[in-house]
Amino acid sequence: MAFYVVQFLTGLASAASLFLVASGLSIIFGVTRIVNFAHGAFYMIGAYVAFTLTERLSGAFGFWGGIVVAAFAVALIGVIVEMVLLRRIYHAPELFQLLATFGLTLMVEDLVVLIWGPDDLVGRRAPGFRGAIDFFGQNIPSYDLFLIVLGPVVLGILWLLFQRTRWGVLVRAATQDRDMVAALGVNQKWLFTSVFAVGVFLAALGGALQIPRDAVHHAMDLRIIVEVFVVVVIGGLGSIIGAFVAAVLVSELNAFGILIFPKISIILVFLVMAAVLIVRPWGLFGKPEAPARKTPGLTVNPWRPLTSNERLAALAALVIAATLPLFAGNYALTVGSEIAIFVIFAVSLHFLMSVGGLASFGHAAYFGLGAYGVAFLAKMAGLPMIVCLLLGPLLGCMGAAVFGFFAVQLSGVYFAMLTLAFAQIVWSIAFQWVSVTGGDNGILGVWPSSWAASPSHFYWIALGVAALVTIALRAMVFSPFGYALRATRDSLLRTEAIGINAKRIQWTAFVIAGTTAGIGGALFAYLKGSVFPDNLGISLSVDALVMVLLGGVETVSGAVIGAIVYKALNIWLVSQTDLSKLVLGGFIVLIVVVFPKGIVGMLEMLAQRRKSTSPPGATLLAKPMGSAE
Amino acid sequence: MSVAPPLLAVEGLTKSYGGIHAVRGVSFSLRAGEILALIGPNGAGKSTCFDMLNGQNRPDTGHVRLLGKDTTGKKPREIWRMGVGRTFQITATFATMTVRENVQVALISHEKQLFNLWGSAPNFDRGEAGRLLELVGMGGYADRPCGELAYGDLKRLELAVALANQPKLLLMDEPTAGMAPRERVELMRLTAQIAREKSIGVLFTEHDMDVVFEHADRIIVLNRGTLIAEGSPAEVRGNPQVQAVYLGEGLLYDAQHREGASA
Repeated sequence: MAFYVVQFLTGLASAASLFLVASGLSIIFGVTRIVNFAHGAFYMIGAYVAFTLTERLSGAFGFWGGIVVAAFAVALIGVIVEMVLLRRIYHAPELFQLLATFGLTLMVEDLVVLIWGPDDLVGRRAPGFRGAIDFFGQNIPSYDLFLIVLGPVVLGILWLLFQRTRWGVLVRAATQDRDMVAALGVNQKWLFTSVFAVGVFLAALGGALQIPRDAVHHAMDLRIIVEVFVVVVIGGLGSIIGAFVAAVLVSELNAFGILIFPKISIILVFLVMAAVLIVRPWGLFGKPEAPARKTPGLTVNPWRPLTSNERLAALAALVIAATLPLFAGNYALTVGSEIAIFVIFAVSLHFLMSVGGLASFGHAAYFGLGAYGVAFLAKMAGLPMIVCLLLGPLLGCMGAAVFGFFAVQLSGVYFAMLTLAFAQIVWSIAFQWVSVTGGDNGILGVWPSSWAASPSHFYWIALGVAALVTIALRAMVFSPFGYALRATRDSLLRTEAIGINAKRIQWTAFVIAGTTAGIGGALFAYLKGSVFPDNLGISLSVDALVMVLLGGVETVSGAVIGAIVYKALNIWLVSQTDLSKLVLGGFIVLIVVVFPKGIVGMLEMLAQRRKSTSPPGATLLAKPMGSAE
Repeated sequence: MSVAPPLLAVEGLTKSYGGIHAVRGVSFSLRAGEILALIGPNGAGKSTCFDMLNGQNRPDTGHVRLLGKDTTGKKPREIWRMGVGRTFQITATFATMTVRENVQVALISHEKQLFNLWGSAPNFDRGEAGRLLELVGMGGYADRPCGELAYGDLKRLELAVALANQPKLLLMDEPTAGMAPRERVELMRLTAQIAREKSIGVLFTEHDMDVVFEHADRIIVLNRGTLIAEGSPAEVRGNPQVQAVYLGEGLLYDAQHREGASA
């Protein structure tokens, strides 16, 4: 019995940090409507800065002072980020805001390694809370008790701040209607900046307070952000009390989940989250989100199928690509195969994201499931390659069917958070369930059959499948289903009023996209000869998002161009620098701020500008560029 | 001898929120081809009533029957499938699609081709889509992106979309809100004409009394959640209770006031 009580108290102690970070995220979202992906990064910086300060400063005052100063210092960084970056994107579509803050996260991951090194750092114990308290033969660290008290205290302080101060009243008003608050003459800029600073302060404090409990390392940002997303999905985004209750719930589920499913404890949290989503899609304490606001400035040209000339051009491009083995070496062919596979991956996400308006932040899950499907079939069942390629993607299909069912209950930022959380769950299973998946060692020796083994043959297969998949998905965009899907993206109210079950349409699209990604993953497993948890990791999901965005999220064929350019750039970059995340993150931020329309979108714009300014005869020249549509 | 059921029969519709009775025991009926206006001052319960007819809100008690079939508690999309088209107070259209594609989506849904993955949507019922657009005077706009349309044209497009499933009943929530006076007259004249030709019943709420008295065959008046009057435009105009409700507060003032608020 005592053991369970101790386990319960450990859970409560873990909830404190989680609550701090989640409440910060909620406060920022409430006012700015930005889901700050970089919140985990601020948490991590808080821990690193606090580590440095507490190591340098001695004594109890040095330790506690160091923690608080660290939180303030990181809040200051937050202010700079808000003023330099976020102010430029408050009116951008949600997706771009999520991506920009995600780019920031990537940059921070490389920066902390650059500054503090790649090794885990073990911090000091908290002065005054070094010991443990004996509880019927079980030890409870006294620092845990401190944290258990701290959580409700912070909740109380936040409550007072929001109920009893002028600033708090303004924040609550802005949470309800920020345009009205601005219209009443409140300086919105500084309100947003101060809210962001408070949110970041809470995240950094959460990170700093963790150092006596956990080692500081450069992957803690992603771990916390996934947990925080789960917390805000359960508790309701924008609700502080919801963040508190859900943080306790999730922490307890983790604490006891380890006892029930030692290998895959995260399952329990997932089941609870799924249950909450079915009963209350906006979280226990959340309110239904108003429909996403229309974004001025981003107009979509109506899509049209390719003209016959454009089809010929596409075919010619394909034929030229197919001649690559005639003059290129094996390395170039392997790179070519990888690019073709990423084209498949990118067009599958594009279908969901651009056509369906559902920006998945965890699309790699289905790519990776396809890869694992192939690996299971090839290694355990010993099936031949052709059978594995046909059946392997079914695992991606099943994953998409299960997770997609829950994900499409939500939309916008909730959808993004939920898909990310699902992908992370799949990743955890692949990572932790060593007896089946091989854990971090992956599954090795997934080699293609001899007829497909040579680089040129494999390249032709990859290219052929990529072409087929692209054509099939493009045809679907212009099928009755594709129209219905675009309709659900544009107006849920209207689709429902003309007899369309939007959720079922979106779910179908999710399954199609997931299965297609699985096809890419299946080929990828054979290309690499192995499967690792990284094949369904977050960075791969982000790769897919960037490919679609780079090509142009509003165009039909942007994903293909985006995948080719991005993957080639990425392979080159990784061979050139150790700081690929820093460069990639900076690149993402740059696209969002400077080129929100992507490559194909830019070309279209240029082509249209030329069309409208040049005499009629010259339009022929501009045509090939417009045809990129 | 059995009498054919009316197109729409509303019986004892009641809805309260907390202690407030938004709608109390409202009953009325509507014949095919008839144009019925639902009017009343702000807060009379028009919107609540309307939402219970189109499935967005569930009544506490009472029933809605369409040609004898109970639609109470059904989802909006199920009610649409029973032959009810609708337009919204604030237009809801597919902004990134062309005008024709907007109509085609409704036709695709009507013909249950929503999960057809391989057909060609651009050619789907192109002729029928064109006819519907001609009908509402939007034939020349078929290839225009819907996001570029003027507000009055969006209202026309909504009408074309609402007619795509050959409805028996049209529900129009403030069809002329936000339109210029001349556009109002045109849109309602068009609606009335289509309704008579195709024998479609029309129920609409409206604040513009000129529109109501000119186009409605019959008017029902709500005040504080209850039905206070029912009859021809002339009868309703002369009804002292209605005059008290409206003119007591100032008819013109109310109409203009609401105009400003919804603009």
